[in-house]
Amino acid sequence: MHEVIWLGRGGQGAFTAAKLLGAAYTIDNGEKYALAFPSFGPERRGAPVRAFTKLDTKPVVDRSQTEKADHIVILDDTLYAPQLGELLKDGGKIIINSKNVISGAVTFDAEKIAAEFRLPTVNTVMLGFLVGLSGAVSAENAVEAIKDYMPLKIQERNINALLRAVREVAQ
Amino acid sequence: MKKFLSGNEAFAEGIRLARPQVISAYPITPQTIVVERLSEMVEDGSLNAEYVHVESEHSALSCAIGASAAGARAFTATSSQGLLYMAECLYYAAGGRFPIVMMNADRSTALPWNIYGDQRDSLSQLDSGWIQAYAENAQEALDLALMSYRIAENKEVSTPFMANLDGFVLTHTYETVDIPDREQADRFLPPYETDNRIDFENPKNMAFSAGPDTNYIFKYKEHEGILAAKKAIIDTEKEFAEIFGRKYTGLTENYRTDDAEYIIVTLGSIAGLCRETADKLRENDIKAGVVRIRYMRPFPNEEISDVLRNARAYAVLEKDISFGNEGTVFTNVNSALKKTGLNVKGYNYIGGLGGRNISAADIEKIYTDIAKGTESVNFIGIGGEDNGK
Repeated sequence: MHEVIWLGRGGQGAFTAAKLLGAAYTIDNGEKYALAFPSFGPERRGAPVRAFTKLDTKPVVDRSQTEKADHIVILDDTLYAPQLGELLKDGGKIIINSKNVISGAVTFDAEKIAAEFRLPTVNTVMLGFLVGLSGAVSAENAVEAIKDYMPLKIQERNINALLRAVREVAQ
Repeated sequence: MKKFLSGNEAFAEGIRLARPQVISAYPITPQTIVVERLSEMVEDGSLNAEYVHVESEHSALSCAIGASAAGARAFTATSSQGLLYMAECLYYAAGGRFPIVMMNADRSTALPWNIYGDQRDSLSQLDSGWIQAYAENAQEALDLALMSYRIAENKEVSTPFMANLDGFVLTHTYETVDIPDREQADRFLPPYETDNRIDFENPKNMAFSAGPDTNYIFKYKEHEGILAAKKAIIDTEKEFAEIFGRKYTGLTENYRTDDAEYIIVTLGSIAGLCRETADKLRENDIKAGVVRIRYMRPFPNEEISDVLRNARAYAVLEKDISFGNEGTVFTNVNSALKKTGLNVKGYNYIGGLGGRNISAADIEKIYTDIAKGTESVNFIGIGGEDNGK
């Protein structure tokens, strides 16, 4: 099972990214199953939030929060703490939206791409980085998920930003 | 059509296909999304229903009762304190034989105040006369929404139906669900027709009082009605499988129980993790099995005693406690065995209260504990007590 923990602040779209990843993984017919859920509870803008995506080739029945992840994706670098490494499986990676170099993590300047496409949040850009880095889903399926689950008027900008992030990883 | 939806959204899709004519709604976490989605469906015209935004849960069910008494198919939804607030009306709906469908997002009860999932809300209302079903995943939730009206509106049954979804772990978790076609749904579920309604052409007394001489006859008929749901559930699921291709297994769902020595009996969304744990234990030659109770009312007495007959021990795992005694599901399961004279050792595991996680390790420990014997009532993570074992 491939497990991803998303960290963001309320309003940054961490759960939307978690959901898009799950939707992208299951878009093709076949033995692919996913669960996506937010850290449960009252929603507060700006407060730290977590979201979870679990991907597997058999039905995912463990509905509890991920304790060991393949990837931790952090939308806001002020939420990073070295202890997060304890939540990683062996060989797992932490991916952070940051202009800085952070030891023990892979950083991307997602805000630069988001700004270029006039997006107020970096969630789909970071999804693009994860897609490019992990290959958990194809870029085409991630685009399909955006088309299926995001409002029409913001689809194109999010698709272009996601694809830019995928290309940037490839370089 | 396949979509990636939460349990609440999946249930709302099932209700859209069931074409209720009146929806009365009062939002409460974690039920809110189901009534939000239904209001959007009414707004965009994909669901032709009268949507009544009432001022309380007591009014929500009162409104549904009124609609049903006028011959309409009615829907409402609630959770936790909302369900408790409408408790008075639950009995009116059941005694009036109004086949209303209600979704309940299973959530803890106050105090301490808490919005997370457990099953103390619905299990406290087992005696209210409603059919009670518990879904495990979003697909089953959607399918229950559609099947519920067929079962409730069956002429022999004519009993309201409460479909329970575990708060958050089911209501707020997204997964892939298959949404049936409109045409298929219409073929499966015809419009509601009843004589149990206000009709100026055929006036009759409804929702009346009955004194000591006749009251118990109505209560007996009410009991017969909910018992008749057993057959209606089997028949409905058979027809559902023919049309939609998805099979359900009646009041219970058994997993690897044929040769099982140790069986966990549980309900709701935790069953999946129990099955996975049973698989793991069988690799170490521990013959583990799982019974998932899908319906608490009517209660699967025969099914439970049949499946536990040859086990060495069973554990009832539930997110509930009847203070001063034990978990209510445990009481019901024990009674099923007692009636058939079976003497299999049973243990109660109470966990997940207020949304607390139940882990795979917790479930594994239940199997290993009951294999060697333990206290009769155990609180996961706290310990056991000798409750008259």
